[in-house]
Amino acid sequence: MTAEPRAEEFPGPALRAEALESLLLEKGLIDPKVVDGVINRYVNDVGPMNGAKVVAKAWTDPEYKARLLEDGTGSIAELGFSGPQGEHVIVVENTPEVHNVVVCTLCSCYPWPVLGLPPAWYKDPAYRARMVREPRALLAEMGLPLAEDVEIRVWDSSSEVRYFVLPERPEGTDGASEEDLQALVTRDAMVGVGRVPAL
Amino acid sequence: MGEGDLPVGLDLDGPSAPPRSNGELVFSQPWESRVFGMTIALHQAGLFPWDDFKDQLIAAVGRWEAAHPGGEGYRYYDCWFEALQALLDERAVVAPSELDARALTFAGRPAGHDHRHDHDHHDHEHHDDAHR
Repeated sequence: MTAEPRAEEFPGPALRAEALESLLLEKGLIDPKVVDGVINRYVNDVGPMNGAKVVAKAWTDPEYKARLLEDGTGSIAELGFSGPQGEHVIVVENTPEVHNVVVCTLCSCYPWPVLGLPPAWYKDPAYRARMVREPRALLAEMGLPLAEDVEIRVWDSSSEVRYFVLPERPEGTDGASEEDLQALVTRDAMVGVGRVPAL
Repeated sequence: MGEGDLPVGLDLDGPSAPPRSNGELVFSQPWESRVFGMTIALHQAGLFPWDDFKDQLIAAVGRWEAAHPGGEGYRYYDCWFEALQALLDERAVVAPSELDARALTFAGRPAGHDHRHDHDHHDHEHHDDAHR
């Protein structure tokens, strides 16, 4: 806003990004159409709706669920979801006794093929620090108070493995179809900071 | 307005958010999407293994956190972009001086030529202007 003289000395990130892309293009290292394609894929095609399909199938098909807990990456790929950040997915199951929640303490690692790119709060320093230090308090602040006798397991996705939470199937959904169930599953539930609401 | 400014716990979209949507924009500004897209494209073209980028990202996030103990004003894609620049420098693909020169050239373009001033502050690698 203010006319800072340094503005011309230190162009902002928008100009620097454009400068970088032009240099990479000249060096023959990048094709802007490929960049467009990557962006389009992560803005439009890959997102939590993928994970919701995995969860709904696991809820309705016990054999699939068993495979999913045994081999996350392979079972997710069965439904057509794979790609970067999906190479080593481990699925952790919530039960009435155990609640799982995922964090990346060092940066922002997240299972892209099933959840898309992470939301801002997941990348935030406060979430990354506090989910390890005081998960119960933070979950309560995020709208998920848990009883004292529920064990909370915090999974750090910083290394190779990307964790994915299989939420509890809500009560009252016995007759629901797989499609109906998909529509109930939220991103927050698959990260472990929310619960799937009942129908 | 930065994506990290909202306190954790208050910016959730709630349990009724449709799973089709992330509940928020994936990228808050166009340059963030370009930087993200370039990083993936370069990695997929074989220019670097993903872990090398991740190491740079962890380092950039760590530097930011060390310089901002309060954790306020975090802008994730600034760190991401810093990490990409560091990696391309390390691998002698694009030197910082080369990038600076090109950006300055673009900055000198006549007004109206897609010339953006998104921010009046710039968290450059070495100095962080006291931000508020």
